[in-house]
Amino acid sequence: MIQTKEALAQVREDAKKTLGSYDCRILVCSGTGCIATGSEKIYEKFLEITKDAPGVVLEFAPHEQGAHVGVKKTGCQGICELGPLVRIQKGDQAIQYTKVQPEDCEEIFKSSVQGDEVVERLLYRQNDTVYKKPEEIPFIAKQTRLVLENCGKFDAESLDEYIASGGFKALEKAMFELTPEQIIDEVDKSGLRGRGGGGFPAGRKWKQVAGQKETVRYVVCNGDEGDPGAFMDGSVMEGDPYRLIEGMMIAAYAVKARDGYIYVRAEYPMSVKRLRHAIAELEERGLLGDNILGSDFCFHMHINRGAGAFVCGEGSALTASIEGNRGMPRVKPPRTVEKGLWEKPTVLNNVETYANVPKIVLNGADWYRGYGTEGSPGTKTFSLTGSIQNTGLIEVPMGTTLREIIFDIGGGLKGGAKFKAVQIGGPSGGCLTEEHLDVPLDFDSVKKYGAIVGSGGLVVMDEHTCMVEVARFFMSFTQRESCGKCVPCREGTKRMLEILEKIVAGKGTLEDLDRLEELGEMVKNMALCGLGKSAPLPVLSTLRLFRKEYEEHIVDHKCRAKVCQAMKTYVIDPELCKGCSKCAKNCPVGAITGELKKPFTIDPQKCIHCGACKENCAFGAVHIED
Amino acid sequence: MLDQSYYRKVDEIIESYGKKSSSLIPIMQDIQEEYRYLPGELLTYVAGQIGITEAKAYSVATFYENFSFEAKGKYVIKVCDGTACHVRKSMPVLEALYKKLGLSKKKKTTDDMMFTVETVSCLGACGLAPTMMVNEDVHPRMTPEKAEEVIEKLRGGGDA
Repeated sequence: MIQTKEALAQVREDAKKTLGSYDCRILVCSGTGCIATGSEKIYEKFLEITKDAPGVVLEFAPHEQGAHVGVKKTGCQGICELGPLVRIQKGDQAIQYTKVQPEDCEEIFKSSVQGDEVVERLLYRQNDTVYKKPEEIPFIAKQTRLVLENCGKFDAESLDEYIASGGFKALEKAMFELTPEQIIDEVDKSGLRGRGGGGFPAGRKWKQVAGQKETVRYVVCNGDEGDPGAFMDGSVMEGDPYRLIEGMMIAAYAVKARDGYIYVRAEYPMSVKRLRHAIAELEERGLLGDNILGSDFCFHMHINRGAGAFVCGEGSALTASIEGNRGMPRVKPPRTVEKGLWEKPTVLNNVETYANVPKIVLNGADWYRGYGTEGSPGTKTFSLTGSIQNTGLIEVPMGTTLREIIFDIGGGLKGGAKFKAVQIGGPSGGCLTEEHLDVPLDFDSVKKYGAIVGSGGLVVMDEHTCMVEVARFFMSFTQRESCGKCVPCREGTKRMLEILEKIVAGKGTLEDLDRLEELGEMVKNMALCGLGKSAPLPVLSTLRLFRKEYEEHIVDHKCRAKVCQAMKTYVIDPELCKGCSKCAKNCPVGAITGELKKPFTIDPQKCIHCGACKENCAFGAVHIED
Repeated sequence: MLDQSYYRKVDEIIESYGKKSSSLIPIMQDIQEEYRYLPGELLTYVAGQIGITEAKAYSVATFYENFSFEAKGKYVIKVCDGTACHVRKSMPVLEALYKKLGLSKKKKTTDDMMFTVETVSCLGACGLAPTMMVNEDVHPRMTPEKAEEVIEKLRGGGDA
């Protein structure tokens, strides 16, 4: 049991010693991405190989002497695209291996664990350069990892490792060296803004809660990361759960809350598992519960799993869901800081915001302001996906440009395709194009261009992406997820979706574009909650930037990206057609005719663009006309 | 009518969360995990036990997408149609599964109760798009062909 400051210091000393006794650590990435590519098997394999090797211990426990090798499961190491990822750590030196298969493990163990050689074919490669050390890989070298500092470097399920790396030092400082007011002041001065999308100053929120007359208060963490294409918060919950909890504990101490809730998306079973493990471990060791570290600070943590409603990412809907109700937003004010969970003052921040707190308390506001921009200090995590060379999880200082993220860190577009746009902020965000590549990414600058930083999803699109289809895709998402409480969102999104579907089907009119804009503005101005208000943004933003593409769909019946089914004109190449009649037999509307053993033809008037002919042609004679 | 074992199990679940209205969602989640769906009779029973009206219980259960009043298959396959998966062509994967299993948007579960096919908005493994999840396992970089292989393997009783 860790019941005093001294006991915590002792645990830290012991844990550091144990860590130092390892000659080598085999770190197997166990983020959702790598588990999907089979990292569990790699972990098992290494356990098997090391089991009988002399002088090797597997568990995190003090040992007498001799060579120690630890096999550990870590959080996300970042380059998800190249998983399963394995790091071999000897002292400060690490080797990063990519795409490791079970049959490679033996060789890695012999060469890099027992010996000091590298297995070159498994190293990271970019433009003919081979990288051995993870910190030299451009994808990682150009990042600034504060929140993700530990992700991928240590065992996400070990409290001792977290403590050894300096964990709970910030809580200790907060509890024994600072007053609650000083903590809030420090967070306020640091300029930390909510990472969930809104960008509201966290310190101000805390101050408002602390100033309430009501003395029962709650600390709630929004881990309902629902934006399609975003997985930053999931990675933090999986990779460094203790940091999130420490951040929440500091918040609770500062605003005098006794209970904390983490609301996690149901689609993140791994996050739920790691957080549950972490909370159980902390309770067992006495760091959560009553009289923490011998003080009168009592704090209990609870986990609530989401049940598949995107709208629960909105504050008042989230608290309603924890209370056991339908997750529907309510009219504000009163704001969550006054009447949140069970009508009590509530600090509600997202995962990344809390994860920033320990470092701010420990190193001070000035240190934190050393990163990022004046208006948006600190770093921001992004998930980089879509048509990009290196997909994965990244963290950069606020104010980094898109160009640096896409081309320096992301390695440019997949297959050298031409950059078209990046969708930022998910279904609540907008698009940025070539002309915005040098805009600094921070809360205020991005807003000027009709997009939002949001929670940090970056989906890169190339010329094979149809912007009208993308707008339709997001609209169908928000329409489906609209909770139905307010009319502008419930009806407005539905009508907007209908118009978009019409355009994609080749039946749109130019007036539809004006109507879309009008509806979009209406929903934006009148919807009840933030999600409704931002639902039209992807449409409005693509309409502004890619109006020509919309017009092509309507006037020329043309989809330049060749994505929209209805715009495709199928033709049969008479050179390649053998006249087998298979296409005619598969055509559901009898649009294909011809004489056996002579080239067949498609009647464009009858064709419904289903593509059955193309799919069934054995000679590749059916193609889509430009 | 469900037999008594169902009610005994539900009593256990209710016990673990406490008889209060805020326990409703976690209780329903556990029941669904146990039986792969939420039997209406049990929901009525839960409402009575934790002191809320039946109407309230149904209003909450029908609000959230994860709850299903229909029995699901042994393997619930969720094809991700998040942004990253969508732009990397997840729809052909869904179509292939529908075709292979004779399912559609309307008919989600096979008659032999082996497979349920649904879509999900994001699984958080965007780096490996397109993805799909079979029960709790995420499958990376799917193609229509790979999706069919997964079905074959599951039918053969192996771990896919």
